[in-house]
Amino acid sequence: MMENIVYQKSKGLTDNELSYCPGCTHGIIHKLVAETLEELGIIEKSIGIASVGCSVMSYFFFNCDMQQAAHGRGCAVATGIKRVREDNIVFTYQGDGDLASMGLNETIHAANRGENITVIFINNGIFGMTGGQMAPTTLLGAKTTTSPEGRDVKEHGFPIRVSEILAQVEGAAYIERVSVHNPQFLRKAKKSLLKAFQYQMDKKGFTFIEFLSTCPVNWGMTPIKSMEYVKDMMMNYYPVKVFKDVGENND
Amino acid sequence: MSKVLMKGNEAIAVAAILGGCEAFFGYPITPQNEIPEFLSKHMKKEGRVFVQAESEVASINMVYGAAGAGARVMTSSSSPGIALMQEGITYIAGAELPCVLVNVMRGGPGLGGIQPAQSDYNQITRGGGNGDYHVISYAPENLQETVDIIKTAFDTADFYRNPVMIAVDGLIGQMMEPVDLSKEVKRRKLGPKDWAASGGHTGTNRRVITSLYLDPKKLEEHNLNLYRKYQIIEKNEQMFETINCENAEYVIVAYGTMARICRSAIEILKQEGINVGMIRPITLWPFPEKAFRNLPKTLKEFLVCELSLGQMIDDVKIAVAGRLPISFFGRTGGMLPEPEDIVFAIKNLIKGVE
Repeated sequence: MMENIVYQKSKGLTDNELSYCPGCTHGIIHKLVAETLEELGIIEKSIGIASVGCSVMSYFFFNCDMQQAAHGRGCAVATGIKRVREDNIVFTYQGDGDLASMGLNETIHAANRGENITVIFINNGIFGMTGGQMAPTTLLGAKTTTSPEGRDVKEHGFPIRVSEILAQVEGAAYIERVSVHNPQFLRKAKKSLLKAFQYQMDKKGFTFIEFLSTCPVNWGMTPIKSMEYVKDMMMNYYPVKVFKDVGENND
Repeated sequence: MSKVLMKGNEAIAVAAILGGCEAFFGYPITPQNEIPEFLSKHMKKEGRVFVQAESEVASINMVYGAAGAGARVMTSSSSPGIALMQEGITYIAGAELPCVLVNVMRGGPGLGGIQPAQSDYNQITRGGGNGDYHVISYAPENLQETVDIIKTAFDTADFYRNPVMIAVDGLIGQMMEPVDLSKEVKRRKLGPKDWAASGGHTGTNRRVITSLYLDPKKLEEHNLNLYRKYQIIEKNEQMFETINCENAEYVIVAYGTMARICRSAIEILKQEGINVGMIRPITLWPFPEKAFRNLPKTLKEFLVCELSLGQMIDDVKIAVAGRLPISFFGRTGGMLPEPEDIVFAIKNLIKGVE
């Protein structure tokens, strides 16, 4: 009998069991990144950078050479690698505690230098790994373990919009925010990833995909409620759109 | 071979190119700016990489990335900049990556000053970053020695998969001296970097650069492996010079610029009929305790001289292990003593002992 395979795990992932909590969208995003590497035929050329936070273990999951970076320093580490391995594909996978808090400087400067790397930024508005503390991206009013009364502008400032900041940086080639809260958005996100990595292959420069993501455990919500929170709350403050695109033909 | 007159920092930069440096990442800070300035001009010509980073924090993480990908890589800075790099240095040591770090030391603490100092000894030899780790560190006293050490430093780093630091004080960085750049240096036999995450490996061949071991058993095992490596380095890599130590009653312990000043003091004392020796550590870590094993029977006391208020003296105390008294002379904050000041200190020692 002929087997008719309609779906299988991407070759871009190892056989290691994911360490993420049930309902968290890290798993979906890992899958999309892995499929992208596979479809573009660049798994073997890729070098990935794991960050500090929930995705610190991503070096167990992506089926390519990986380097674990200190908190926030992903874009600096990626710069070091890419400058000495120009023909490889270099990507970072960083959360919002990592990139938007500690690593904002490294990220902006890597973008400004037009480093030919791809940054995958996971924004779930909270420090997941350390147990649910307030992140720079936490929405106003949201209760976390370090903003128990809810995030207050006077005390904590505004949630920071990284894609909007990077869109102002001359050196950036492609900046987009995407979501994976339903299949329609998920498919769009995949296309964005394909474009970002294709741009890197075409040496167009710095590409950055921000994923709105969930943290059911620390948000105190079911996975379904978490997806609704992304759609109803996060997408209001963090619009899902292309912020900058130098274009297919722009070299 | 012919000698050329060079400024210290430029000689360091040329030596790095001769040593096979493939990539340099750095950030401006006085008194080491001639190093990145020179390399920004010459690395590209040689088909190599030069990046001016946005900070020392970024520099050292770029070094970490490039080293992980298998390149021969270097950064240079000065004391406060090296302080900023400590996080990256412990990651590099923990992940067992090779790299070369140059520290052109200036006075501290804090922003301190920009004049020469040796007050980073503890930062260099005691870590500064977290965890059980060591950086192989050299403290040459002149430009020829600096150049020779840097030319071999990339080999040493690759051989042990460990960061190597060349710590010179600002005076050596700024002064001019004749140097023979083509002087033969001993190279090491090196294997392929079959650990580098350089791309092209999947499945069970995947290469991962990390210093994370969440299982304490595995982390202890990793630390013990590092410890065993450090023991081999301590056995094989101690470097020092002994000067005039046979039959000496007093022996100075000094390194770098301070050792040069002490050389002049020893000459002055010799003319006055006072026989003083010197142990000059060239490696700071591993500290050359071998130099203190068989001491002359005539020896009465050590005088440790530093451009700090006493940091290396702790290692001298460990090496001497209570066998003899140890005194100290130091200037700090960028102040340099005259040879006569050392002569005076030795004479005081003699008066005190007799």
